[in-house]
Amino acid sequence: MPVSLANSRVVYDALKKCGIGLVSALPETWLVHLIRMAEDDPAMILVRLAKEEEGVGISAGAHFAGVKSAMLMQNHGFLASVNGIVSFAQLYRIPLLMLISYRGHFGERDPWQTQGGSATEPLLRALGIPYGFLGNPAKVEKQIAEAQTLAYSMSHPVALLLTRDLMWEEA
Amino acid sequence: MMQRLECLRAIYSHLEDCLVVTIMGAVASELQSLGHRPNFFYLQHAMGLASSTGLGLALCLPEQKVVVFDGDGSILMNLGGYSTLARYRPKNMVHVVFDNESLLSVGGFPTATSTGSDLEGIARAAGVPTTATVRSLEDFTRAFEEAMQRDDLTSIIAKVEAVGPKGYVTGLALLENRFQFKRHIEKLKAR
Repeated sequence: MPVSLANSRVVYDALKKCGIGLVSALPETWLVHLIRMAEDDPAMILVRLAKEEEGVGISAGAHFAGVKSAMLMQNHGFLASVNGIVSFAQLYRIPLLMLISYRGHFGERDPWQTQGGSATEPLLRALGIPYGFLGNPAKVEKQIAEAQTLAYSMSHPVALLLTRDLMWEEA
Repeated sequence: MMQRLECLRAIYSHLEDCLVVTIMGAVASELQSLGHRPNFFYLQHAMGLASSTGLGLALCLPEQKVVVFDGDGSILMNLGGYSTLARYRPKNMVHVVFDNESLLSVGGFPTATSTGSDLEGIARAAGVPTTATVRSLEDFTRAFEEAMQRDDLTSIIAKVEAVGPKGYVTGLALLENRFQFKRHIEKLKAR
């Protein structure tokens, strides 16, 4: 599978370095290695969701409990989580670290991903959610640490978009 | 028919040493009318996510009893979350659903439980190991006390009358509640 195992490892190691103790996830192609890594890590609480919005509640509960968390989802999962993000994470100032696979952007071959690709950044901007792009593996660790720092100092959701450059290796 | 406020009053004394998460509206308002405590968190929106919040708390704090007061309207918005809850089966969580078959706070529009959708059946089929439907105060109190003693996940569906308080806005600010709740847990962990 041309999902980059090496770069998934870079992302996972960066999450660990930030002290992430709980990951919620709903599988999608680009996230498979990351989810396997969480599954194989006895120190990580992995919560497999039925729908991504549940992850907002789970991360809020983890935050109250003093556990740092991250949400792994596709951009369509972000679209499916919007009410929870607004009426829980934003309303109650919950720091959320969202890692969102940026499907449906340049290079996308699956027609069904394209509409969500176009909606992702405008929606992040509309919600006032600070976001950045993970593309260069050499910068991933610093970017994830900085995103988490802002999530906590702002008490607010932040998003990192996992790009095709990082996650996909053409066969 | 029993009322939610009576149910809350009957078990209020058991809530002192656990973490409590409620949904918005009547449940939050009525519990506060009995007396707010720093270990109570009222999720005053995000319908459906009270049970998910309870799951996050219960998984991260396995030594703490977590009680979620849910409602039919809320849980119906997150039935997938029931399968997630059952999948991780936190042994330290008690999940109470006050089922008044109605979206009471918006004017009493009937929910699908009024036409036969069976939340206990849904919970059981999702994999929740212990479930009950109760209709009297005695049965509710007994089921809740047993659930608090049980070292496993329990869902109690409490069939209650569709009546609530006159108003839903309370004197407790949402953010005050949120930060107080988190500080309460920090103190618990420091013990």
